Amino acid sequence: MPKKIIQKFNIEYLSILDEKGKVDSRLMPKLNNDDIKKMFELMKLTRIFDEKALKLQREGRLGTYASSLGQEAAQIGSAYALEKEDFVFPSFREQGVFLLRGMPIDQYLAYWKGDERGMSYTKNINMFTVTIPVSTQIPHAVGFAWASKIKKESRVTAVYFGDGATSKGDFHEALNFAGVFDVPIIFICQNNQYAISVPFTKQTKAATIAQKAIAYGIYGIRVDGNDIFAMYKATKEALERAKKFKPTLIEAFTYRRADHTTSDDAKHYRIEKELKQWEKKDPIDRLRKYMTIKKIWTKEYEQELDKKFNELMDEEIKKMESIEMPKKEDIVKYVYAELTDNLKEQQDELK
Amino acid sequence: MKANLVQAINMALSQEMAKDKSIILLGEDIGINGGVFRVTEGLIQRFPNRVFDTPLAESGIVGTSIGLALNGFKPIAEIQFEGFLMPALDQLISHASRIRNRSRGSFIVPLVVRSPFGGGIHALEHHSDSPETYFIHAPGLKVVIPSRPYDAKGLLISAIRDPDPVIFFEPKKIYRAFKEEVPEKEYIIPLGKANTIKQGDDLTIITYGAWVRETLKAIEDSKYSIEVIDLRTLKPLDVKTIINSVSRTGKCIIVHEAPKTLGLASEIIAIINEKALLSLEAPVIRVTGYDSVVPLPKLEDYYMPNVERIKKAIDKVMNF
Repeated sequence: MPKKIIQKFNIEYLSILDEKGKVDSRLMPKLNNDDIKKMFELMKLTRIFDEKALKLQREGRLGTYASSLGQEAAQIGSAYALEKEDFVFPSFREQGVFLLRGMPIDQYLAYWKGDERGMSYTKNINMFTVTIPVSTQIPHAVGFAWASKIKKESRVTAVYFGDGATSKGDFHEALNFAGVFDVPIIFICQNNQYAISVPFTKQTKAATIAQKAIAYGIYGIRVDGNDIFAMYKATKEALERAKKFKPTLIEAFTYRRADHTTSDDAKHYRIEKELKQWEKKDPIDRLRKYMTIKKIWTKEYEQELDKKFNELMDEEIKKMESIEMPKKEDIVKYVYAELTDNLKEQQDELK
Repeated sequence: MKANLVQAINMALSQEMAKDKSIILLGEDIGINGGVFRVTEGLIQRFPNRVFDTPLAESGIVGTSIGLALNGFKPIAEIQFEGFLMPALDQLISHASRIRNRSRGSFIVPLVVRSPFGGGIHALEHHSDSPETYFIHAPGLKVVIPSRPYDAKGLLISAIRDPDPVIFFEPKKIYRAFKEEVPEKEYIIPLGKANTIKQGDDLTIITYGAWVRETLKAIEDSKYSIEVIDLRTLKPLDVKTIINSVSRTGKCIIVHEAPKTLGLASEIIAIINEKALLSLEAPVIRVTGYDSVVPLPKLEDYYMPNVERIKKAIDKVMNF
């Protein structure tokens, strides 16, 4: 008996807004001018936030920090498609998502300065805390979404992670559980092509991350991650799919123009030419071009935004720096709901 | 009713599930198969939408349990054998135990991880380990090991109602070793409270799990007046009961199956050193597993802290 093909798969790539600011009108999602301006403003705020945070870190006023430079569309485009009651699990580079969902800026900065209290605010914006170990938050998101399904809540869970995360077991176990239990979830992989120094080509032999969805019986798509309209559309569709208990893996193909964090120097492991190529694909620049064609952008408008967001950040930084020191006793206070005898002793020692 | 350890745990699960709709069970083969030790037998029939057979992935089981707990459920995850807990250690130690602290109490993980534990059933490699130290060492986890059916029910109910993650180890050596009266009515045994099961004045023996029974056998015909403490909860540890006893008897032996180095006995000795050193009349002795891998069945009995080793330790400490 001859061999025959028993399964066939395709991976789609979605791109709507090109580098000249032109859109494919057949694919363009429904967004009014206010939405588009809001998206532009959120990307601008994210970039200014990153600039300010990096500056603070260099001045010794913030701890280790991971900038999202170049990934603003991947974050804002996807998060803009989510609804308020949807729940989001970030990794550690999702400034855009935090800002869009209304995280108090001073508290978010306070966390990066080394204050756990900053992470007590994420629940109010239906987000989980920052997760540092790569990929480990993905199963949490699946469990959270699974709980929503059992409770018959209509909300969807979204989880952000990077290309490096897709090499870890947690990613695979989570996608497998999501498929088996049909949970309402969107997996958003920002493939920024570097896991610290290791390039995407050395992370996996697979041509795309999107195709990894196939092994788990769920839908996967590669999206132009520097195209805010494509990210928005793909996430909106994933949201609808999730509401029918069909998970989606979105691979946002983008580029990390920043160093991994403030603790490394990307010049050691990548060439300048590559960086320059990706600067030309800047997500903010692309949307600006589109808005110029649509006549909803002026130089004055952007100058006004720059001024407004810089002032806002300066104010928030001032607020962050005036947050009172946490109490020493707090070191042991949150280990359990109630202090155990040994922790009581240790708390007395701290006082 | 008369129940063995398996039946007592099953009763606790069943009664708490009937009472609290947020409890769900997940694990490998826990549904129609009732678990490889039949601990969850009948539960999927009684609670058809609340018992989930999962894919074979321990980290996935605990990782998704964390997410379920974050979104209002009280998951009770079964890890089939303690030796298979290792892939889940990352989720337990990097997350379950820390989320309350990381979020300053805004997120909590009320999760119970149950797992058959310890040796004595002549099983394969990775089916006879005593890994409690890893969990005791992690801030934010609680660790419970019952020694008898009555306690197992009351302790498990407390573990289920606890707002923090609890590792509940079930000594498989005594799963079906004996039955005792386990009331059908609801009762709890609070976590963090040891049980002085026999009072005595000459010597304190501290132990837990399967070794409580062996210790009682070892002292059956002893000429000394020996106090036996069953810790029941390894973390948080009932320091008061330990110190009150050792201060009075002046002598102490600690028995456990886990390897000697950095086993719980080491911590207990350090606490005695801090709080009751001047009461001691002899060095505290440890009767434990060796600092080796648990042997396969042919040599397993030599590894275990058996009755003879306990008796020898009693002679040694009493004749110091």
